[in-house]
Amino acid sequence: MIDINTDIGERPAVRTRARPVRDGVALGLAVGTSGIAFGAAAVGSGMSVAQACVLSLFAFTGASQFALTGAVATGGGLIGGAAGAILLGSRNALYGLRLAEVLQPRGARTLVTAHGVIDETTAVTLAQPDAAAARLGFRATFATIYVTWNLTTLLGAIGAGRLGSPQSLGIDVVGPAAFLALIWPQLRAGRAERAVGLAGAAIALAATPFLPAGVPVILAATAALAGALVSPRPGPA
Amino acid sequence: MTGIWVAVLVTVAGCYALKLTGLIVPRGVLDNPRVRRFAELVPIALLAALVAVQTFAAGQSLSVDPARLAGLGAAVAALLVRAPFLVVIVVAAGTAAGLRALGVA
Repeated sequence: MIDINTDIGERPAVRTRARPVRDGVALGLAVGTSGIAFGAAAVGSGMSVAQACVLSLFAFTGASQFALTGAVATGGGLIGGAAGAILLGSRNALYGLRLAEVLQPRGARTLVTAHGVIDETTAVTLAQPDAAAARLGFRATFATIYVTWNLTTLLGAIGAGRLGSPQSLGIDVVGPAAFLALIWPQLRAGRAERAVGLAGAAIALAATPFLPAGVPVILAATAALAGALVSPRPGPA
Repeated sequence: MTGIWVAVLVTVAGCYALKLTGLIVPRGVLDNPRVRRFAELVPIALLAALVAVQTFAAGQSLSVDPARLAGLGAAVAALLVRAPFLVVIVVAAGTAAGLRALGVA
């Protein structure tokens, strides 16, 4: 979905309590409805409606879910597909590092907070001027997107089979288009980002004929490693 | 179908474990600028790889599907005019579906 690298303190400190809630609900509704695309893609790939819903309820991280759908669609490579999906989820661990400082969850609440650590909640939370607004923003985004994403996943999953074949609906393009839209802001952000994106794509394509499905995508992480070593700080666009 | 369930449950467990890990690991891991930069670049590399693989790969062989490629091109055009996420997806799928319905790709 979207990544916004904003830091606490970049905006004026005076802000009403309505703002984080409004931001969170708006983003949650806008992005959550794309669950319909996931539900349709999942069932189109060969998953059952239940499998699509379990992923949205309990994995609850769009890119990983789409990735597993892609692995199922290409047939086989399920272990590699799951590994690729989990590796994609690793960015949520990195988001968590930063969110923990702001949200400071304790005890059992940490277990619930963890489930909501995704691109959108991170974007809204880190855009708030203070800790109280950040907590409000996190909850509003999490609640809105969780409900919307799961309801629309069910709708998409049920609707997909009744509308026609996945190919005739162009559902095979949904995954690539969604991923491209998700990284688009970063690709515009700088030369290093574009180089890493191109290198990741090239590595994966070059490795595809030689490795099981899913593994080439994991291998693409080496492009990020190289990028971090060569360009440790964000560079010019 | 059983294989898919295993993959689904492994993905669910792995994704949740990663989310939780980030919240409970000791602070200061991101103090290293290279670690922080790697964290920023990983999604770009992986998602770009997925775009390429899902566009050009059929299993372990590479191929070009004109309708799919046109759909992705339409997504790029939509992104260039700053269309919202859902519009980008609808335009991409609609383009591929339209070309296939017309039998031109």
